[in-house]
Amino acid sequence: MTARMEQRFADVAAEGRPVLVTYFMGGDPDFDTSLAIMKALRQAGADIIELGVPFSDPMADGPAIQLAGQRALKAGQSLAKTLELARLFRAEDQRTPIVLMGYYNPIYIYGVERFLADALEAGVDGLIVVDLPPEMDDELCIPALEKGISFIRLATPTTDDRRLPKVLENTSGFVYYVSMTGITGSALPDPSLIAGAVARIKAHTPLPVCVGFGVKTADHARAIGASADGVVVGTAIVNQIASSLTEEGRATEATVPGVEALVRGLAAGVRAARLAAAE
Amino acid sequence: MNQPPKPNSFRSGPDEEGRFGIFGGRFVAETLMPLILDLQDEWARAKNDPAFKAELENLGTHYIGRPSPLYFAERLTAELGGAKIYFKREELNHTGSHKINNCIGQILLAKRMGKTRIIAETGAGQHGVASATVAARFGLPCVVYMGATDVERQAPNVFRMKLLGAEVKPVTAGNGTLKDAMNEALRDWVTNVDSTYYLIGTAAGPHPYPEMVRDFQAVIGEEAKQQILEAEGRLPDLVVAAVGGGSNAIGIFHSFLDDEGVRIVGVEAGGKGLDGDEHCASLTAGSPGVLHGNRTYLLQDGDGQIKEGHSISAGLDYPGIGPEHAWLNDIGRVEYVPIMDHEALEAFQTLTRLEGIIPALEPSHALAEVIKRAPKMGKDEIILMNLSGRGDKDIFTVGKILGMGQ
Repeated sequence: MTARMEQRFADVAAEGRPVLVTYFMGGDPDFDTSLAIMKALRQAGADIIELGVPFSDPMADGPAIQLAGQRALKAGQSLAKTLELARLFRAEDQRTPIVLMGYYNPIYIYGVERFLADALEAGVDGLIVVDLPPEMDDELCIPALEKGISFIRLATPTTDDRRLPKVLENTSGFVYYVSMTGITGSALPDPSLIAGAVARIKAHTPLPVCVGFGVKTADHARAIGASADGVVVGTAIVNQIASSLTEEGRATEATVPGVEALVRGLAAGVRAARLAAAE
Repeated sequence: MNQPPKPNSFRSGPDEEGRFGIFGGRFVAETLMPLILDLQDEWARAKNDPAFKAELENLGTHYIGRPSPLYFAERLTAELGGAKIYFKREELNHTGSHKINNCIGQILLAKRMGKTRIIAETGAGQHGVASATVAARFGLPCVVYMGATDVERQAPNVFRMKLLGAEVKPVTAGNGTLKDAMNEALRDWVTNVDSTYYLIGTAAGPHPYPEMVRDFQAVIGEEAKQQILEAEGRLPDLVVAAVGGGSNAIGIFHSFLDDEGVRIVGVEAGGKGLDGDEHCASLTAGSPGVLHGNRTYLLQDGDGQIKEGHSISAGLDYPGIGPEHAWLNDIGRVEYVPIMDHEALEAFQTLTRLEGIIPALEPSHALAEVIKRAPKMGKDEIILMNLSGRGDKDIFTVGKILGMGQ
């Protein structure tokens, strides 16, 4: 795990609240706006930033993130430019962990060794690669860990106790619990089920457990944050961006402030989570 | 590309992890991993279960109509003036293509696993029809994902699927072809993983699909080998099949892979030519990458974004290929060549007029290659081609291009 990731979890834990992890698609709707969005996320109280890498065939994503990826690709976004976004953000903020999230093929084509060197240089702390299960750890996970970049694994409701140790074996940074089987952007399941699932995972690992898929409002963030170490919000942010664009998909004056306002609310939600847990 | 060492047998793959050399594997979301491992176990058990084999054979004989005939194309042979041309008549199977071989096998597995819902992707609609057919036969609900472009150009098959009780969901993402349908089917599967069996139609996707689909289709080559030995007393000199994902091709190739004297040729969709992006020749013009659960040759740009491709034939309109073909290409056992849209179209008409067989546009690609090669071969030489599907579904597409009818 990078020192930056460890420090952020420690600092937030000292505040007695869960972390807020925010996802957005790099390059959506264009490079400059998405850099401004990335900075706004932090301003608004995001603790960790998941930076989406667009891919032409996002098999595990719902319509919102598919469209965000298409907008980004149309505007010329690439893996190299996504690394550039990370580098520009890192030049101004040395403390907020950046996790790249996407699919394997762009990384494979970029070249794993070259990618890891460039990601490290750009200040990337972790990777979430949706289509690399533990069975494929030799591809990227092990080389990333050797370079000191966290490989964050998704655990799902189908990950039973038999499989959980395998999933957690090479996971570092945090565990991302996907609170339902399904694609990104589906509905939020019952918080009590989530609490049980988080407890089940924590019985197997000392790593923080962050929960995502379906978190849309400050209330959701507060409810999930009562049992999890962190709350991941993605589709709600991507939808907020989409709703602010012109018909041609261009940014407007409302784009960046809209994201900032949404994330301020979510940040207030996670900050209320400790109180909710104590009640 | 480094030439990997030649194996003792070309028929021993894949390894435990589903790899054919560097190709294949299991590149899927964690949600699907437990299910894929269950499927692998169930497939391993079924393979060695005499009851499973017996049921498969029984349905093969009485439902599909196996063995399919081996037909000597006398007039085509005379016209071309070279090698003797034999067709393995998979288009005479129930539902009109080789796809049913695999669907029967997989639906028996789905039943064994207690699944209650079938999903499938389809390009030309042949696999969709075969899936809808076995779902009806076994009383399971079936959803077929089909690109919106393909829904339009393969209208007769859409109607057949609906009549069979399947729900056809048009996919508008991308170019609205097979790749996009597969993405959408994977999204459905991730969402409904407990109840749903994903009936993949080609020898691609995450392990164990490429191996399993091949094994269900290998009956084509096993029969053909026996039939050609009976007819000619020897093996063919050349075996030819069209390759989209590659299930009909691997089905007929597999039995001949270790027969040194048999040349094997896979025919890719050259579309409008390999210079631009309007083709689907992933082996001839693509490079290795990771998509839809496996590493294989793909049409992609320098950033690893997958291209859309183009083919006149919806069944070949896919920017990738099964991983075993990728491996057979790299070790040099099978030669892969492109055939253009217009060549396939000519071959389609030639066969229709000379033999009274309307082939699908997919095997018309294989046929175009046969038409090129046969005249250059001796009259004592033998070509075996997989006539994998019938062309009823394509008559409107072809009619439109030829300006017939409307």
